[in-house]
Amino acid sequence: MTDAALATPAPTLPLRQRLVRGLLYGRKDRSAKARARIGFIMLIFAAVYAVIAARLVTYAVVGDSHGMRRGVAQDATATARPDIVDRNGEILATDVKAPSLYGEPRRIIDTDEAIELLTATLPDLETGEVRQRLSARKGFVWLKREITPQQQQDIHRLGIPGIGFLRENKRVYPSGPEVAHLIGLVNIDNQGIAGIEKWLDNNGLADLHRAGFASDRQQQPVELSVDLRVEHALRDELLRAREKFHAKAASGLVSNVHTGEIVAMVSLPDFDPNNPKEAHDPDRINRLTTGVYEMGSTFKAFTLAMALDSGKANLNSMYDDRGPLHYGKFTIHDDEPKGRFINMKEVFTFSSNIGAARIALGQGVEAHKAFLAKMGQLQRLRTELPESAAPLVPHRWGELNTVTIAFGHGVAVAPLQAVMGIDALVNGGYLIPPTFLKRTEAEAMAVAKRVIKPDTSDKMRFLLRLNAEIGTARKADVPGYYVGGKTGTAEKVINGRYAKKRVLTAFTAIFPADAPKYQLLVMLDEPQSLPETHGFITSGWNAVPTGGKVIARIAPLLGIEPRFDLPPAERLILAASKESR
Amino acid sequence: MISREQRTPFSQWWWTVDRLQLAALVTLMLAGIILSLAASPPVAARIGLDPFHFFNRHVLFLLPSFTVMVAVSFLSPRQIRRSALIVFALSVALIVATLVIGPEVKGARRWITILGVNIQASEAAKPAFVVLVSWLFSESARRPEMPATSMALVLLLSLVALLVAEPDFGQTMLILIVWGSLFFIAGMRIIWVFGLAGAASAGLFAAYLLVPHVAGRIKRFMDPASGDTFQVDMATESFSHGGWFGQGPGEGTVKRILPDSHTDFVYAVAAEEFGIILCLVLLALFAFIVLRTLSRAYASDDLFTRFAASGLAILFGVQAAINMAVNLHLMPAKGMTLPFISYGGSSMVSLAYGVGMMLALTRLRSSIEVQSIDAAYGARQPA
Repeated sequence: MTDAALATPAPTLPLRQRLVRGLLYGRKDRSAKARARIGFIMLIFAAVYAVIAARLVTYAVVGDSHGMRRGVAQDATATARPDIVDRNGEILATDVKAPSLYGEPRRIIDTDEAIELLTATLPDLETGEVRQRLSARKGFVWLKREITPQQQQDIHRLGIPGIGFLRENKRVYPSGPEVAHLIGLVNIDNQGIAGIEKWLDNNGLADLHRAGFASDRQQQPVELSVDLRVEHALRDELLRAREKFHAKAASGLVSNVHTGEIVAMVSLPDFDPNNPKEAHDPDRINRLTTGVYEMGSTFKAFTLAMALDSGKANLNSMYDDRGPLHYGKFTIHDDEPKGRFINMKEVFTFSSNIGAARIALGQGVEAHKAFLAKMGQLQRLRTELPESAAPLVPHRWGELNTVTIAFGHGVAVAPLQAVMGIDALVNGGYLIPPTFLKRTEAEAMAVAKRVIKPDTSDKMRFLLRLNAEIGTARKADVPGYYVGGKTGTAEKVINGRYAKKRVLTAFTAIFPADAPKYQLLVMLDEPQSLPETHGFITSGWNAVPTGGKVIARIAPLLGIEPRFDLPPAERLILAASKESR
Repeated sequence: MISREQRTPFSQWWWTVDRLQLAALVTLMLAGIILSLAASPPVAARIGLDPFHFFNRHVLFLLPSFTVMVAVSFLSPRQIRRSALIVFALSVALIVATLVIGPEVKGARRWITILGVNIQASEAAKPAFVVLVSWLFSESARRPEMPATSMALVLLLSLVALLVAEPDFGQTMLILIVWGSLFFIAGMRIIWVFGLAGAASAGLFAAYLLVPHVAGRIKRFMDPASGDTFQVDMATESFSHGGWFGQGPGEGTVKRILPDSHTDFVYAVAAEEFGIILCLVLLALFAFIVLRTLSRAYASDDLFTRFAASGLAILFGVQAAINMAVNLHLMPAKGMTLPFISYGGSSMVSLAYGVGMMLALTRLRSSIEVQSIDAAYGARQPA
C-alpha cells in the first residue's frame, strides 16, 4: 500500500459508499469545513439577535402608541377656551370641568359584564352602541361625554377594568339664548363651530391648542362689544313684538355710531347654545348677518345723502310727484300720492318712491352705483362672525335698477351692512367696519373711512329727526331721547313676484338725533295686521312702535341723558349746522 | 477553597468549566424567578389556583434543574454519549406511551403523568437527540464504513414522525432546524443546502395547505386584519407601553389579559414591567451563551465535541430567538418557551440537561486527554 492509501482509507470502501459520501460531503477536508461553517452559523445567530435587538430599540424609541392615544384624547379634552365677557365684564361663556367616560376596548377583559354594569348605571346609554364601541379594535373610545360627578363615582365603584374618566372642559353659557347668534356655540370637543366661538378658533386658539399651550391655564377673557343688559331689553321687546304681530321672525341690532361696536344683536327665533340641538334649524339663522334683504325705504336715506353730498341738490330741491312715474312698461306709485311738486324733506317724510327715484335718476346710474359701493352696500361685509352673506346686486345695472334701488328694491343686503351705512350717514361721514369686540373711538377712527361730508351728515340727521317729528317714525319719538328714524316696508319676493301682503318691515332709529350715539335697527318678517293697526302692515304700525319701546328701555342703560323741551329739528340741528359753518 | 494543588473532581471541574458561561446561565435562572413572580400570579388567579402556584412550582423545578445542569457538566464526552442514548431511548418510549395513554389537551397528546408529575417527553428527547446525531455525524467523518449519515436520517425521521403524531409542530420545526444545521456543519455539500432549504419550504407550504391553524397563523402574520391577532397585538403593545424603563414591577397590564403570559409571552410581560433595557439584557445573555458555546465548539479539536456543542447551542439559541421574535411580531405566532424564563417544569429540567451537556462539552481539556481519545479511536481504526 502507498502512503496515500494509508492516509485516506477511502479507497478501501466499496464503490457505492464512496459515491454516496462524495455526493453528500464532497472531497474537501471536513474538519476545516466544519470550522468555517460553525463560524458562519455564529454570524447568522449574531444577525438574528441583532434584528431582535433592533426591533426592541424601535419599540422603545418610536414608542408609546398608548401614550399617543392618550395624547389624542387629551387633545380633545384640553380645548380649554377663554371666557367670553360682555362689555361690562358679565360672563357670556365659560368652561366648567366635567368628567367624561371612556373605554379602552383592548384592556376590557369581559365586555359583556362591562356593558351590563355600565348600562345599569347610565340608563340613557344605548346597549347596542356601547357594544359596538367596546368591540371596536381601538385603544380608546368615548362612551359618554360629560357625566355627573355622582355617575362618575358610581361607575368608579363598579371597578370595571379598561374604563376610565377624563376631566373635560364643558362650555357653559350662563345667559342662555340671549346672545346665541352672536356668541355661537361649540361642539362636544369644545371646538367653536359658530359665531364668536368659531372666530376664536380661527384666530389663534386652535393653533395654540395644536402647539400644546392653552390647556388648562387661565387665558385672557375675550371682551365683546355687546352689553348684556341692552341685549336682554332688545330681545325681550322683540319677543313681545314677534308674538303680538305674529311675525315669522324678528331681529334687532344696536350699534354705536362712533365706534362701529355692536352693542346688541338679536335674531329671533334663536337657540340656546347650551342645548345646541336646534341651532342648525335653517329657520334660526342669524338674519342680521347671514340673511340678505331688500331694505325698502330705509335705502332712501342713501339716495338722499348721495344727492346732498354731490352738491347738485339741497333740502329744498323740488321733485315732480304729480302722477305715477312711468319707466318703460313699469309704473312707480307712491303710497300717499301728493299730486304736486314736493321738496326733498317731503320726499323723505312722505317716503315718496317717485321722489327718491327722480333724485337717483338726477345723479345718474354710475354715480348711484359708485356711491352705494362707497357706502359698503355692494360688497360682502366680513366681521368677526364667520357667518356672512354677500349682497345680491343686479348683474346689469341700468336706469330701471337705479329707479328701484333708489327706494330699496333690487339690491338685497345683510341688515348689518345697512346699519354700517346709516352709521356713516349720521356720525359725521365715517364708514366704520362694524365689530363685535370692544373698541374705542380712537381705534375706530383708525379703520374709518370718510365717505360723505360732515355737512351732508348734519342734513341727514335733520331729515331723520324730522321724520320722527312729522313723518312715518312718529310712534317711536320717545320723549327725552330726541329720536330720529326711517321706516322701511319691503314687499317680499315670493315665487319671483312682489307679494303685497307679505312684507318685511324695518325701522332704523338714531338717538339722540342732534348728536347721535346709537343706532337701532328693528326688523319684523311678515308681521300681521291687528285691529289696533287698522289693517295696516307697514313699518309705522309695527316696527316703529317696537323700536320706540326698545329705545325707552335701552337709552337709560346706555347712559343717555334724557333732555326734555328741545326745539324742533329745524332749529336745533339745521340752524346749529349753518351757524358752525 | 478550591485549590489547583489538589486534584479533587470538584476542583478539576471548577478550573476547567466555562465559569462565565455558568454565571450567564445562573443569571438567566434568577431572572426567570423574578419574571415568573411578575407574570404568573394573574394567570394562576385567573384559572382559580393559588396566585403563587406557578411561581412556587417554578422555583421548585429550578432546584432539580440546577442540580441536573451541574451534575451533567461533570460528565466526560463518552459518558455524555452514553447517557444521551439512555435518555433518548427512555424519552422515545415515553413519547410512545404518551401517544397511547396520554390525555388529549387542546387537540394534542403531549403530556403524560408519571408519579403525579406532568412530563412532556419530547422536551427531554431534544437534547439527547442532538447529542446522538452529532455523534453519528462525527462518526461518519471518522469511520466512513459506518452508514452514520443514514442512521442520523433514520433517527430524525422516527423522532419527527412521533412529534407530528402528537402533534407538536413547534418541536418538529426545532428538531429539523438543528438536524439541518448539524448536517451543514458536518460538511454537507452546498448543493444539499439548497436541497434542504427547498425541502423545508415545501414542508412549510404543505403545512400551510394541509394544516388549517398553521395557514391561519401565517395569514394573520402577513395581514393582521385577516383574523384575531389578539395575543400578538397585546404583546407588541406591551413593548411600546413599557418603553425603555418599563412601567415598574406589578404595573403591567398585558399579563392580566394574555392567557399564556407566564409561558409564551413572558418576554412581553418583562418588557412592560421592567422595560426594553431588561429585554436587551436578556437578549444579550442568550446571545452570549450561544455565541460563546459556538466559539468554543469552533476551537475544539474533537469532532464530536464540536458538533454536539454546536448542536446544543443552536437548539438553545433558536428556541430563544423564535420566542422573542414571536413576542415582537417578527414571525408568525408559534408556541415556544423562552429558555429558563418561561414557566414549564419538564422543559426546564430538559433545558438544564442540555446546557449541562453544553458546559461539559466546552470544558477545557488537556491536549493529552484529547490525544488519548483520538489514539483510542485510531487504535480501533482498521488499517
